[in-house]
Amino acid sequence: MLKQIEGSAAVAEAVALCRPEVICAYPISPQTHIVEGLGRLVDGGQLKPCEFINVESEFAAMSVAIGASAAGARAYTATASQGLLFMAEAVFNAAGLGLPIVMTVANRAIGAPINIWNDHTDALSQRDCGWIQLFAEDNQEALDLHIQAFRLAEELSLPVMVCMDGFILTHAYERVDMPTQEQVDAYLPPYEPRQVLDPADPVSIGAMVGPEAFTEVRFLAHAKQQQALQLIPAWASEFKRIFGRASGGLTHGYRLDDAETVVVALGSVLGTIKDTVDEMREQGVKIGVLGITCFRPWPTAAVREALAGAKRVLVLEKSLAVGLGGIVSNHVSTSYHGASDDVYTVIAGLGGRAITRGSLHRIFAAAAEGSLEPVTFLDLDYSLVDRVLAREREHRRSGPIAEGILRDLGVVAAKIG
Amino acid sequence: MSYQPIRFYQTGTFTVGNRLLPTEERSVQANVRRTNSLNSGHRACQGCGEALGARYAIDAAMEATDRQLVAANATGCLEVFSTPYPETSWQIPWIHSLFGNAAAVATGIAAAMRVKGREHVRVVAQGGDGGTTDIGFGCLSGMFERNDDVLYICYDNEAYMNTGVQRSSATPPAARTNTTFPVGDSAGNRFGQGKNLPVIAMAHEIPYVATATVSELRDLEAKVRRAMEIRGARYIHILVPCPLGWGHGSAETIRMARLAHETGLFPVFEAEHGEVKSVSKIRRQLPVEEYLRPQQRFAHLFKPPGRPDIVARLQQLADRNIRRYGLLDGTEGTR
Repeated sequence: MLKQIEGSAAVAEAVALCRPEVICAYPISPQTHIVEGLGRLVDGGQLKPCEFINVESEFAAMSVAIGASAAGARAYTATASQGLLFMAEAVFNAAGLGLPIVMTVANRAIGAPINIWNDHTDALSQRDCGWIQLFAEDNQEALDLHIQAFRLAEELSLPVMVCMDGFILTHAYERVDMPTQEQVDAYLPPYEPRQVLDPADPVSIGAMVGPEAFTEVRFLAHAKQQQALQLIPAWASEFKRIFGRASGGLTHGYRLDDAETVVVALGSVLGTIKDTVDEMREQGVKIGVLGITCFRPWPTAAVREALAGAKRVLVLEKSLAVGLGGIVSNHVSTSYHGASDDVYTVIAGLGGRAITRGSLHRIFAAAAEGSLEPVTFLDLDYSLVDRVLAREREHRRSGPIAEGILRDLGVVAAKIG
Repeated sequence: MSYQPIRFYQTGTFTVGNRLLPTEERSVQANVRRTNSLNSGHRACQGCGEALGARYAIDAAMEATDRQLVAANATGCLEVFSTPYPETSWQIPWIHSLFGNAAAVATGIAAAMRVKGREHVRVVAQGGDGGTTDIGFGCLSGMFERNDDVLYICYDNEAYMNTGVQRSSATPPAARTNTTFPVGDSAGNRFGQGKNLPVIAMAHEIPYVATATVSELRDLEAKVRRAMEIRGARYIHILVPCPLGWGHGSAETIRMARLAHETGLFPVFEAEHGEVKSVSKIRRQLPVEEYLRPQQRFAHLFKPPGRPDIVARLQQLADRNIRRYGLLDGTEGTR
């Protein structure tokens, strides 16, 4: 059914259609509307049987989900940013224990300086935690990926993180096609755990493993993620068969035929990138787009194939490997047949900085001309940076960086965007 | 009071001869049906108070729930010595997740049982004092506040023993640990305000809080049984001497626990909804020195010229407990 609905509400409804049995909620912007929506569905009796637990921290949220999942319940939670970091120990633990928890990450920057707006630093900080990580391009895909996530998680006994851009998607009202309960039930069978805490058949879960077998346990985690590379496209196809629309999969290519320049990105910015590419195509520029839907496992073969004809690759990412450059671009480099010199990193949209078509035109054109630096910070205000550096040269006690920058900037609100 | 000790003074010991009791009064451990939930073959040290406490507590919980029990375990000695891969001593469904989240994991298990209509399956969370009073405190307090249907058992050996005897917030003043080493003028762990978790649990007004020691195992069994009769958040804090960390003989574990009680340093009581309902009385208060002297962790207090000032302060703590809880026969507590 078509609905004009907020992204968070759409995800809440989709998660409810997946019949979660235990939901843990701890508030952090911008994921709050999702768990609020689910809480109302549980309290209103539309989602039952389901336990909705208001916990005291994100660490507890993931820990409660771990207990619930280990006891055989379908468990769900949502978080973002600092919350994801605060639960990090339990995030790794859920994957290590092989518990198929599904979690939404409403992507948001990591402080300090504290910043509630969107980028991908939170999810990408957890890229090696053992979870499958899927990135939604729009609200329809965010909704659809949750349904696929439960199926994938439970088949593989691995947790799945569905990442959607904070505010840009979570708070945007868009038209979505909400599936029916019958469709979801046809796609997602009841949860049959591989391991469960049951007095009728006692097992010990989470025993200590030493050097004699730890490598094997880790290898199996890797092998399962490799298996996911096969299952994700297969289930995206089945999803299309049941729901009638393409969603999910490993990657989305756009106008890649004969593209000499390929822009790679994750998440909602792909919309702006595609618009820009359309305009450049009209001007005769051979440029295309590769959207990464599945970041973990990294789809090496799919990316390599998609980039086979590219002369240069521009990775536009909302994350920064401080001291190195790009996180996504380093992944792309490993999957690109050409020279790593031809992979350009563009760091953009950090902490919610708007990514405009104008800026994209400029940067894509520079890439096509070969005049782009290996690592570029989109729309970086060098004057602000220079003033900080000058202060630091002049005074030992140059003060807090963020405060100094804000003072230099003056009235902030007028300058956002 | 849930348990009236039966003492056979004529035997010259404080132990209860089960043979002398009617069947229904015998301990769970004396029953041929006992579940051996924490089975033999584990790797606890000789004389480990925690292994003893866990064995009695979990077997009693199994008995009380007709064997419908799941346990969540914090990281620590109990977890490490019971489950070195590929072995496990646990004969019950058991999960270890992390150091600081046993209470939350237990909440999740209880929620899963409720949602599946299996509320007859009960949940125990357990951890040492570090996993309870320090790193796991947030999750524990949250579980208390929500009144989740979990019995949390803290096996308190008063320091981080698994990592090699470092101070925790349950370490008593003046105790030597490897992070409160008595060198120079220092006399071991400093005197702080203490972090009295049973009292903090009571402040959450949860239905049931009890303390116990491994010297009164029948009392411990009775308290676990009582806890399993109640729904909601429950907390049992068991003093479990550690021969390694306390520096006493392996055969002295139970005596140390008894002395902790009989000096007044560790009050043994039960509370419901934030109010003390019963205390284990002391027939004759023993001076703290009798408890401190046999333990290497307090040896620096007695090495010439000695620290009578510190011993006196510890005596004051014991006296305060005696007064507060009315531990002596014929007295009333103020708590």
